Amino acid sequence: MYVAGVLALREWKRYWTTPVAYLVAFLFFLVLGWIFYGTVAQALFVPGMVPGPEVIFGPALTLLVFSIPALTMRSLSEENRWGTLELLLTAPVREWEVVLGKWLGVMGVLTLLLAATLVYPLSLEYLVEPGIDWGHVAAGYLGLWLVAAALSALGVAVSALFRSQIAAFVVTLAVFLALWLVGMFAEAGSGGQAAVVFQHLAFARHFALHFARGVVDLAGVVYLLSLTAFGLFAGTLFLEGHKWRAD
Amino acid sequence: MIEVYNLTKFYGTRPAVQGLTFRAEKGEIVGFLGPNGAGKTTTMRILTTYLAPTAGTARVAGFDILDAPLEVRRRIGYLPERVALYDDMRVRDFLMFMGRLRRVSRLKQRVDEVLEQVDLTDRATSIIGTLSQGMRQRLGLAQAILHNPEVLILDEPTLGLDPAQRVEVRRLITELGWERTVLLSTHILPEVQQVCRRVIIIHKGRIVAQDTTEALGERLEGSRRILIQVAGQEDLTPLLTRLQNLPGVLAVAPRDGHGLEIRTQAHLDLRPQVARTVLESGYDLLELRSMTLSLEDIFLHLIQQEDEEGEPEPESPEVAAPSAEASEATPTSESKGEAA
Repeated sequence: MYVAGVLALREWKRYWTTPVAYLVAFLFFLVLGWIFYGTVAQALFVPGMVPGPEVIFGPALTLLVFSIPALTMRSLSEENRWGTLELLLTAPVREWEVVLGKWLGVMGVLTLLLAATLVYPLSLEYLVEPGIDWGHVAAGYLGLWLVAAALSALGVAVSALFRSQIAAFVVTLAVFLALWLVGMFAEAGSGGQAAVVFQHLAFARHFALHFARGVVDLAGVVYLLSLTAFGLFAGTLFLEGHKWRAD
Repeated sequence: MIEVYNLTKFYGTRPAVQGLTFRAEKGEIVGFLGPNGAGKTTTMRILTTYLAPTAGTARVAGFDILDAPLEVRRRIGYLPERVALYDDMRVRDFLMFMGRLRRVSRLKQRVDEVLEQVDLTDRATSIIGTLSQGMRQRLGLAQAILHNPEVLILDEPTLGLDPAQRVEVRRLITELGWERTVLLSTHILPEVQQVCRRVIIIHKGRIVAQDTTEALGERLEGSRRILIQVAGQEDLTPLLTRLQNLPGVLAVAPRDGHGLEIRTQAHLDLRPQVARTVLESGYDLLELRSMTLSLEDIFLHLIQQEDEEGEPEPESPEVAAPSAEASEATPTSESKGEAA
């Protein structure tokens, strides 16, 4: 664990020396701020409309889907390209510690980012009488954080397979979109067993139906945590794979 | 200590290393010598637990590379082939990072010491990406010795260094070798002769020879050569004939100018007799030296032998043509004999 901590700290520092993290933060605040302002301004003219914290949850989820691949594309692909993986894995570092360290690093960035967006619910608290439901906010943020955890674990895993950041980005995004769209297909389909499975696989569905509405859905929590564990495990397997690689 | 048993690694169906068995004791610097693509890097990657062998195993510092890779990793220092470093980090930060991963105690002080040892103190705050190849190489070495490992595995440690730095790094390695096991790979032959007590020569993934540098020479030397330069008379034929008649002389051949090369039986030292004969025949002796095979000769010889014995492969002669790096070597090492 100590070693994973050392790696996470290094990863965290590295994010702030490259433009990607700042760019993602900028996009987050640009898009969320715009939507937030729009909704609040609209509420001034529409009688009876009370904006709730959910106005930012949907857009924040979309932003996560597109920005996490940009954050994780470097994490292991660069170690592959620079050959520094050889340095790490001949030091007393286990494969899972490398993956965990990388994931903790990106989660640090994402947690900070999500925490910073609390500025929107906080301002709503002052704008709306009699204030907002903080339970709703907590559930929404828990959902967002769990989705971020799952997606970034998958992103780190995918980056282990590539030497090129661009390839890692494209494939990670494809995986995310597939998981996202799977829910839509389930809705459109005729139902049945397969549809139920697909609905469970769709992280966006868990989020939109429960967390974003202020409900902590146990099935959703379990699913997102399993997806996180799966990502970390897959990443570890991919790293261990280099030992037997045949080139 | 490094013990390697029957180590084999296939990349797909292509064998990279086949049936390697050798030992390196504590306090020993072993040179791992072979042409490019012979399997040196693959072997080192297996010993450092970065790659898994297809068959066979090895014990490094007393731990099996397959059963206890983490224990092995704790006890080794490794300089990888292309010195992979984090180009975006600063020199000192990088060493601090590696030191924390390895839980080095009194790390700050140790980093200063190591920077001093590899002569990078004045570049401690430079970004690694801006360093020259030689500096990168030395930083890689610093990283490898940071935690005082029992076993050092160095893949081409002097690559990209200028001659002065090369001497410095060799001195450092020799020093480190006193209380450690050092396995270093190189294709610079004189380097092995200077630094290593023992040499393992591998070619196409197999060991073709392993012994001390001197023993290797003796084993291959079927004959001894004496080279002389004479003056006094233009015609060397009478001298040539007289030398040829000396007991133990196999052949005499004229060399450029007023020189003669005398081949004698390996176990005889005929230098006194040769000198006497020259003087008694009325010539002046300007120079007399005996020539022994250099490591380079041995190396080329062994590899040629191997290629001839093995199935004919057309693409083999990329082998050991002395590279630009090796050109600092004198073609044969010469030990000056004293004229009697």
